[in-house]
Amino acid sequence: MPISSVFETKIERISILDHDGSFDESLGKGLIPDQDAVALYRHMMLCRQFDEIAFKLQRSGRMGTYPENRGQEATSLGAAYVLEKSDWLVTCYRENAGLFWRGLPMEKILLHWMGDERGNQIDPDLHITPLAIPIGTQMLHAVGLAWADKYRGEKSISCTFFGDGATSEGDFHEAMNFAANLEIPTIFFCQNNGWAISVPTKLQCSAPTIAQRALAYGMRTIQVDGNDIFAVVKAVRDAADHARKTSQPSFIEATTYRLGDHTTADDARRYRDSDEVEKWNQQEPMIRLRKYLEQRDLWDESRQSEMLAKAEKVVAEVVKNAEEIEDPIQTDMFDSMYASIPENLKAQRRTMRTTSLGQDPSQLPTPNTARA
Amino acid sequence: MANLTLVQAINLALIQEMEQDDRVLVLGEDVGINGGVFRVTEGLHKRFGGHRVVDSPLAESGIIGTAVGLAMGGLRPVAEIQFEGFLGPAYDQICTHAARMRTRTRGGLTVPLTVRVPVGGGIHAPELHSDSPEAIYTHTPGLKVVMPSSPYDAKGLLVSAIRDPDPVIFFEPKRIYRAFREEVPEDEYTVPIGEARIVREGSEMTMVSWGASVIHCMNAIEASGRDIELIDLRTICPLDIDTVVTSVRKTARAVIVHEAPLTCGIGSELSARIMEHCFLDLESPVQRVAGFDVIMPYYKLELDYLPDADRIGKAIEETAAY
Repeated sequence: MPISSVFETKIERISILDHDGSFDESLGKGLIPDQDAVALYRHMMLCRQFDEIAFKLQRSGRMGTYPENRGQEATSLGAAYVLEKSDWLVTCYRENAGLFWRGLPMEKILLHWMGDERGNQIDPDLHITPLAIPIGTQMLHAVGLAWADKYRGEKSISCTFFGDGATSEGDFHEAMNFAANLEIPTIFFCQNNGWAISVPTKLQCSAPTIAQRALAYGMRTIQVDGNDIFAVVKAVRDAADHARKTSQPSFIEATTYRLGDHTTADDARRYRDSDEVEKWNQQEPMIRLRKYLEQRDLWDESRQSEMLAKAEKVVAEVVKNAEEIEDPIQTDMFDSMYASIPENLKAQRRTMRTTSLGQDPSQLPTPNTARA
Repeated sequence: MANLTLVQAINLALIQEMEQDDRVLVLGEDVGINGGVFRVTEGLHKRFGGHRVVDSPLAESGIIGTAVGLAMGGLRPVAEIQFEGFLGPAYDQICTHAARMRTRTRGGLTVPLTVRVPVGGGIHAPELHSDSPEAIYTHTPGLKVVMPSSPYDAKGLLVSAIRDPDPVIFFEPKRIYRAFREEVPEDEYTVPIGEARIVREGSEMTMVSWGASVIHCMNAIEASGRDIELIDLRTICPLDIDTVVTSVRKTARAVIVHEAPLTCGIGSELSARIMEHCFLDLESPVQRVAGFDVIMPYYKLELDYLPDADRIGKAIEETAAY
């Protein structure tokens, strides 16, 4: 028998709004109405302001470690813009733009990084899971959440975000395999920002694209320019339509770049060239969207400064709210461990500032029992 | 009433909970068409269909991770991990997420998940099919850990576990899956999580055990001819320390028996608690009869590892003579 080809494929890439402002009308016309494009740009400005202030809060000792989002705003925002409020957003920790668009109060993110669990206490109607610190583990939850909706016959789907590094984790592969084989409508949204702390993408994936990893699971897959919000919107809309129609998952690889350090505890100058950062500074998502709006007389310098002033005011208020919240009470650490606190834990709660003997005063020494 | 084995009692609990609550679904490796490698889920697939009895891909972290999502999404998943030795790959999802989600979100998202796991040695199984890891999960705050020793308790505890609003690791001692039968009511009943059972009352000393070891304790007690109180913990976390303390204050002596390795086993915690609460009542040191701090040997030596009536009997005599 001759050798034959049993499977052939290609990976497509969507790019609509280029970094120099050129726009592909055939793909992009009508994709985002003008007023929405303005709203998305204004939202990015707000998020950029939030990011800058959050960074400064850490540097001035008013907040713990913080991962800057700068440069990656278009990915989660494009997805949140497309999806319904009943669809789950299962995020990593660099998706502030999408979370805020969905309606997460901005102070929640500050509270999280200020070491306060109340930052994760999220209105269930928002369908948002808390920031996921362990890499790659949240994708399985996204599959379970969409599965629960499918089980009940609802049309909701889930969209989970993760980085290029997370695609090396076993849970990524298990989540992709479960979703594909059990027909769960989850969108796997990889934000390939080039770096997993100091390790470049090529050490996570030897293939030319991360998108092709999905082929191994028989999953629809595409690569998009992740700094082009039009391309992101098109890819997510296609994936969401497919998920709702067929109950099948999809994979999206969005190429983007982390303009800041991994977190405030990192110094990216140790492992990457300033030339590379400068190149990506020119390609970040806001410059091109502003060009797009200005070309259509939807934006100008006065609107820019007006919005900047507004963003400064909003973020200042958010910081005030986060910093002025009353301290958690000490016993809070016990109270959400279980739906009802077991007796052993109640004893620890009651005696947290005494000794274990305080839990059983009958064993304290008395004149009869104390040794001379 | 029916005379059932532990496997049949668990099977009955699953059927009844699935019938009375649409949110309950079963997932795991081979749990569907095949009815599970121990046949615990026998007949469920035929009765409830593939929608509610799901043969999952072979990936333990995937089973627990998706089950965490199902539970956060409002369902009541019952996930099976085929043997306790394969809990390892799922450890991350259990401890990183299932145990933490409620407190992480201060009650915003919860994980009402039951993880069923055959546990322990004594059935001549291959490597990693005979371990006793209950202490690992007890040391993880946020979980509940249950291990029945009889068909009646197995049914009642599993119903409680499925209805519990928090994650429960439900260990099933495989050595007694079919070792004996017991009258188990068809009617609905629960055995509360967190309550130990006094198997046998006595005044001379207290013996505390759980799972498959309980039967060996019983044999040793009968052989000794002594008046010993035997407590089956049934739930390992949260620990019913009151029942243990009340008994030890009465008897002044205590022996703890478990299959798991000695060091940092549940016996260590029990011993410390007895010291804290019964220091003034004790007439002898608390004794532990446990597995050794070795890798569970392959089956030619497994009976030399497991506590048996002979080793337990020696502990009884030493404690009584102290």
